Amino acid sequence: MLDADFFRRWMTATATSMNREAERLTALDSAIGDADHGSNMQRGFSAVRAALEEEAPDTPGAVLTLAGRRLISTVGGASGPLYGTLLRRAGKAFGDAAEVSEKQLAEALRAGVDGVMALGGAAPGDKTMIDALVPAVDALGDGFAAARAAAEEGAVATTPLQARKGRASYLGERSIGHQDPGATSSALLIAGLAEAATGASGE
Amino acid sequence: MRMLINVPETVVADGLRGMAAAHPELNVDVENRVIVRRDAPVAGQVALVSGGGSGHEPLHGGFVGPGMLSAACPGEVFTSPVPDQMARAAAAVDSGAGVLFVVKNYTGDVLNFDMAAELAEDEGIQVAKVLVNDDVAVTDSLYTAGRRGTGATLFVEKIAGAAAAEGQPLERVEAVGRQVNENSRSFGVALSAVTTPAKGSPTFDLPSGELELGIGIHGEPGRERRAMMTSGEIADFAVHAILEDMPPRNPVLVLVNGMGATPLLELYGFNAEVQRVLGERGVTVARTLVGNYVTSLDMAGASVTLCQVDEELLRLWDAPVKTPALRWGM
Repeated sequence: MLDADFFRRWMTATATSMNREAERLTALDSAIGDADHGSNMQRGFSAVRAALEEEAPDTPGAVLTLAGRRLISTVGGASGPLYGTLLRRAGKAFGDAAEVSEKQLAEALRAGVDGVMALGGAAPGDKTMIDALVPAVDALGDGFAAARAAAEEGAVATTPLQARKGRASYLGERSIGHQDPGATSSALLIAGLAEAATGASGE
Repeated sequence: MRMLINVPETVVADGLRGMAAAHPELNVDVENRVIVRRDAPVAGQVALVSGGGSGHEPLHGGFVGPGMLSAACPGEVFTSPVPDQMARAAAAVDSGAGVLFVVKNYTGDVLNFDMAAELAEDEGIQVAKVLVNDDVAVTDSLYTAGRRGTGATLFVEKIAGAAAAEGQPLERVEAVGRQVNENSRSFGVALSAVTTPAKGSPTFDLPSGELELGIGIHGEPGRERRAMMTSGEIADFAVHAILEDMPPRNPVLVLVNGMGATPLLELYGFNAEVQRVLGERGVTVARTLVGNYVTSLDMAGASVTLCQVDEELLRLWDAPVKTPALRWGM
């Protein structure tokens, strides 16, 4: 079973990887977007880490809803509402449970991804974060390492696609040949889950 | 990178502090990133709130004042503001007559303003929204995020702002804003890529001797790259792209807008070519505005926006306005 501490480790590990990979995300974004995805995600997850240190919520649901709220309040752009909705929806699905199973986590993330698709209107193949998240959630039944690998594969697989949502869609065919920065940051989020499962805090 | 900044992290806050010092008629909340006209809320008047990423100055903060915006929310550079900012702005300017959000069609702006509208409505504030999507360089189809909002934002903010200043009700101000948007089209050209403070190098590689046609205002590349063209050739291309999409039956307002790094001498010269093409196509020009209004940091280049106006819209365009970047009649 997974407790609030697991979810705090997940968020902390993600904050660490967003810091580490900020420049790479921004470089990906400069090819087909506006060169700010790395700094935006870094700012958002740093705020999440700070909020969790300050408030220390004691259920999985409370950790994720707090994290989602902080992302919405600090990230801006499309990523703020989309990542915020992902985590808030997942958190809400947990209710007040003190511990959740891996199966419940998979279901909650599925609800979160559905929320992201409803809000952003993107479907698999549109070259967005959905292309990493959907395969990750599908693979969660086989464990965190499988989800991590699926998310990374999904992110890499956005490279040959033409963007149909978000700012990259304005480039039309010129968006082809570049890995999607949102799918890449989503793969980092899922990687954080695998790190939390091994007990690493990412520090 | 040569920029007149301290560190990239404080660029927006530093700019806001300087804006506050230069414009005592505005209330600039640097911490919460909300710029409000000092006399807000104005009793009996609908309030206009807009916002978007920083880096487009004077849009939007430069358009706050009597006759135009009641408040503006600057986000990080090229990143939309967050819902908290917009909800805070709405609460600061609502007189009870309601708030109109003017939103440029970019995914981030749309999502954050939608969330802000929910927050404001929870507080009992009546909110309406006008989405600006004037950029003909983008195909509006299921396969894109839809046309971008660019130069027409100025026309919507000015004309709907004038309707609000007259005391027109929220649904009427909203309708005027939508009418302006529906009658506006834009096309932009980049002669150089932008350098954002966070990245420190040009966002795309544009060799000298080439230009990008159909650019937006965030340093994203355009739809097409060509060998450098003359001002007259660019005017032909841009105006024809607009007229193909919207053959105007009425006189038009013309905005020849600099992207940030193109001198006014060049913009005026470009405007001469734009006016020539419009004349050749039999389009009557009612008013023309030339300058840097909807910019993209240090990008060189220009955009053209046309807005078809009837007598009522022209009257509202001519109505008094007093903001840092646009001022006439008062």
